[in-house]
Amino acid sequence: MKDHYQLVIIGAGPAGLAAATVAADHGVEVALLDEQPAPGGQIFRAIEAAPVERAEKLGPEYRRGEKLVSAFRNSSVGYFPDTRVWSLSARREIGVINQQQARMITADQVLIANGAFERPVPFPGWTLPGVMNAGAGQILFKGSGIVPSDGIVLAGSGPLLLLLAWQYLRAGVKVKAVLDTISRVNYIKALPKLPSALLVHHHITQGLRYQQTLKLAGVELHNGIRDLQAHGNESLESISYRHKGSKQTLKTDSLMIHFGVIPNIHLSQAAGCDHFWHKRQQCWRPELDKWGGSSIDGILIAGDGGGIGGARTAEHAGRIAAFRILHNLGILNQRESKIEAAQDRKWMKADLRIRPFLEKLFRIPDSMLRVPHDNAIVCRCEEVTAGKIRSAIAAGHSDSNQVKFFTRCGMGPCQGQQCSQAVAHIVADKTNTPLQQSAQFRIRPPLKPLTLGELASIYPEERE
Amino acid sequence: MKSDVIIIGGGLMGFSTALQLAMRGLRCTVLEKESPGRHASGINAGGLRQLNRNPAEIPLTVEAAKMWRSIEALVDSDCDVRFPGQLRVAESADDLDLLEQRAAMVRSLGYEHEEMIGREELYQLAPALAPHCLGALICREDGYARPFHALTAFRHKACSLGVEYRVNTVVDAVERERGMWRITTRKGEFQAPVLVNCAGAWAGHIAASLGEPVPLKPGAPMIMVTERLPHFVDPVIGAAGRKLSFKQMQNGTLLIGGAHMASLDFHKEQSEIKWPKLAVSARSVMALFPQLKDVRIVRTWAGIEAFTPDNLPVICKSSTAEDAYHAFGFSAHGFQLSPLIGRIVAELIVDGISSFPIEPFDITRFKSS
Repeated sequence: MKDHYQLVIIGAGPAGLAAATVAADHGVEVALLDEQPAPGGQIFRAIEAAPVERAEKLGPEYRRGEKLVSAFRNSSVGYFPDTRVWSLSARREIGVINQQQARMITADQVLIANGAFERPVPFPGWTLPGVMNAGAGQILFKGSGIVPSDGIVLAGSGPLLLLLAWQYLRAGVKVKAVLDTISRVNYIKALPKLPSALLVHHHITQGLRYQQTLKLAGVELHNGIRDLQAHGNESLESISYRHKGSKQTLKTDSLMIHFGVIPNIHLSQAAGCDHFWHKRQQCWRPELDKWGGSSIDGILIAGDGGGIGGARTAEHAGRIAAFRILHNLGILNQRESKIEAAQDRKWMKADLRIRPFLEKLFRIPDSMLRVPHDNAIVCRCEEVTAGKIRSAIAAGHSDSNQVKFFTRCGMGPCQGQQCSQAVAHIVADKTNTPLQQSAQFRIRPPLKPLTLGELASIYPEERE
Repeated sequence: MKSDVIIIGGGLMGFSTALQLAMRGLRCTVLEKESPGRHASGINAGGLRQLNRNPAEIPLTVEAAKMWRSIEALVDSDCDVRFPGQLRVAESADDLDLLEQRAAMVRSLGYEHEEMIGREELYQLAPALAPHCLGALICREDGYARPFHALTAFRHKACSLGVEYRVNTVVDAVERERGMWRITTRKGEFQAPVLVNCAGAWAGHIAASLGEPVPLKPGAPMIMVTERLPHFVDPVIGAAGRKLSFKQMQNGTLLIGGAHMASLDFHKEQSEIKWPKLAVSARSVMALFPQLKDVRIVRTWAGIEAFTPDNLPVICKSSTAEDAYHAFGFSAHGFQLSPLIGRIVAELIVDGISSFPIEPFDITRFKSS
């Protein structure tokens, strides 16, 4: 790895791969940094290694990634797998750990393409062993073919929920039930958005196909569930929920939860980019221009990290950002980059047509995001409950950072990624402040684990 | 709204002053531009250190240490204090000389709280320390607390005695009219006959508007915290030849400070970690505790503190304005002094004189320079 590159891209999912390939094809010296051992990101994880049979089980969208990866493999991109980025500054200094060696590199242009992560929605018992993020389960499946043996219950909301159920089913796992928080209200609100969504019918037909298959297989599908709770002493034994007004209980030792995905904004926050609360997607997003440019010169963001759009949109956004970067580097003039990006822009626009529909349909009930149960753990790292957060607010700690100071909520190794959303919702609710105005946790690097020894090894020349 | 005293700055100094004034029967209002303890008071390393202070501060630090010993009686909370002692280790014969001179100087002033210990006792107190150290200067009564908890305790206690505070209240103008201070803020106007400036890194603006500018410089010392470790060290560790303050907190995390500065955009109130300097801190830790090589750093931060040219605070009555007082510029070592500072300012306001020697902290000392 060199100390400086024209372009550093963080994340080798669809956005990063597409951008890296375009930039390298135009002669840019590109470094693509990624945490995974192989390219593909979460969506196309282990795509080069997955046997054909498993890839088929995962469906046609997964195959789409193969094309992307092979184009990337044929490019001159400097690719650094197993590489963690632990800091990013506005001056485009990037703290990196690669092959056990910590270092600081710089870049003329930085593209953040580190995607999304599953929205953490705390509820009582969600930290019990046996309760797992459905996406994490899917990662195990994609990477190693590991599947739960004694059947599972899936709960939550979002397009991935059905996809996962469908994938598990195809892999021979018993799916005991799919419990969806979607209510009739969601359907009614989503309906006006359906016509434009139908223009990208492949998404809808896919979803309907999943549902159909699940029903045919006799999987219980319940909509409008509320008050989800996980129970057990040492580990998960059962779950309970309300459905059509009555309380239901279900025995299971495996609960997969999924409440959609939200942008991973840790890096853009660390760099100091501006962010805003996106009401429809119920998450914070970086402020971006139509090229993916952030509020900081030379830092661009593409893919789900810039707002949830899915894999295809990410791929287009990656290329669009690359054309802008080529312009910023003086390789293309403004007109050329505009022309080059036109096709991707068109496809992206079409692909995004389904989003308003999905956002309305899979909207998580606000009541759930506010974590109504005082006994629900919000901060896994420091084991801080919703009740403790509410009493800190009542004692005058009226924003997220004061709550953090006082309760240690968000001070653990995950850097508050798991709890910042829930804390913001609780604070907004208790102080009657709109989420848009509520402060987010201040970022305290390193963003990824960095040891004292690793830090000490950087800058050996530096003296007191 | 009217009160007897308006205090600008809702940090520890402000609330400590408000508390002491309230105990003496005065009605105070604390105006805070953001949230309580947002800067120096909330983000400091929590050291309760008498060790190695400027001689001018010794009478104050010794009294403050007594107050921390019974802090619960003052603020109804123990602020999570611990008193395992603080050490300043010698790694060379030169270090040893330096520390011995220091111990002799403190003794000559008539104080006993700092003393030298030899190698043997050092390794009894801190067996995990690398074997090359030769001895240490120690203050056995020193320790640490949790700053934001202390701040919260002072605030609660002050409020229970009738102190009012306003958050997000940026002071735009300070004027004196017919024996009253009129404070214009973005949240309205406040009036009181007496004004106290505890505005930390922003205190320079207030002092300047009283006609007594101070060459106050904001700075952001960097601190890092590691993952939790099994208990392995009691005393707070510093070193004669290194910028380092190292302690294992109540919860097992290591708190590492070293007075290395982050880069700071004071206007935006944004600091950015200077990794090369933090790497020096990491190397210092490893020189003294090589076994910590693989310990993970979980967080780093750098909060805004106010530094004076001589690194001594300003604690005095205004030299230019009637009924105005200052307590600021603690130069990143004010936390330990905070309970006493409130008392001193209250003495100045109510008795007209402090029972402590505060002449070295007068604001007029910057006039000649």
